[in-house]
Amino acid sequence: MGIVDAALEEAQKRQVRVSAVHLRLGALSGVVKDALLFSYEVACQDTPLEGSHLIVEDLPVVVFCSRCNERRTLPSLQLFECPECGAPAGNIVQGRELEVFALEIEDDLPAEKSADRKAQNEQAQNEEVRK
Amino acid sequence: MSEPRLVEVRRNVLKQNDVIARALRERFREAGVFVVSLVSSPGSGKTAFLERTLTELQPRYRVAALVGDLATENDAVRLARSQAPVKQITTGTLCHLEAAMVQNALQAWDLRNMDFLFIENVGNLVCPSSYDLGENMRLVLMSVTEGEDKPLKYPTIFNSADVAVVTKNDLADAVEFDWNAAQKSIQSVRPGMKIFRLSAKSGEGMQEYLEFLSAQLSEQRALAET
Repeated sequence: MGIVDAALEEAQKRQVRVSAVHLRLGALSGVVKDALLFSYEVACQDTPLEGSHLIVEDLPVVVFCSRCNERRTLPSLQLFECPECGAPAGNIVQGRELEVFALEIEDDLPAEKSADRKAQNEQAQNEEVRK
Repeated sequence: MSEPRLVEVRRNVLKQNDVIARALRERFREAGVFVVSLVSSPGSGKTAFLERTLTELQPRYRVAALVGDLATENDAVRLARSQAPVKQITTGTLCHLEAAMVQNALQAWDLRNMDFLFIENVGNLVCPSSYDLGENMRLVLMSVTEGEDKPLKYPTIFNSADVAVVTKNDLADAVEFDWNAAQKSIQSVRPGMKIFRLSAKSGEGMQEYLEFLSAQLSEQRALAET
């Protein structure tokens, strides 16, 4: 799963343990939130992300209405028109996101200690996997 | 242990696909080939429509096709009857094509020997919408037997498409297809989208669509030269 891979990579880069992954999910991303939540746990199995949570922020579709010269949030995906003036809404400025926005981490590792802590972390992870 | 804290990483999950898709698009532009991808639900007639398109374009253009399916080479075999070069991409369990699969499938082909390349996606109206394949035009197909409100049920894919084609028009009367309602639902999820109504079986309406493709190719080549 791309989300887990991306989060793992970012966590490894920073040498941190992740307790939750914050995802921004656009209404037009083509991804079903429930399916994502369901499969997240499975995808995390046997990785350092095992036991972490996926927190999804739903982003509605926002268009730029050139008639109003304003950004407008669409109340429904079934009608792409400006909710204020009714002009056809083609200029989408938000809604296609599928983005690992942030990681919730449990501890902070100062640079000089990171090698040391990395070993500890790995050991802890290995123990957890064994459990 | 310290309090949990939040680090911002802002990472686009599909970035890898988008990077490959962008490279593909650049290759297509340099080679002067116009690339059309086809998406629809299973059974709406992508392969019949594509077979007819390939056959009709053959006398005037160099055409080729990639066709995605979970399993079997049946569609490639069927499309090969048009005499055009065709390659099957079997995705196994994956419900959509990704840019990397297209890149792999194209390895042995010289794009400069092509005018049109068609990419038939796996029959699915959900997942293919998220994956850019580097195509110049995404065509969404719906058949008259599917119900006029299909676009309202799958707004994401219809919104991501550039052109809509309503097929199996030879069956329209039998299923009491309401053309106005269909147009209305397409326009409602993608205002201004170009719509063709045709039958790949009888050939009715095909000409207008083929002329549109020719015009798109000329336009793209004119743009590439400037």
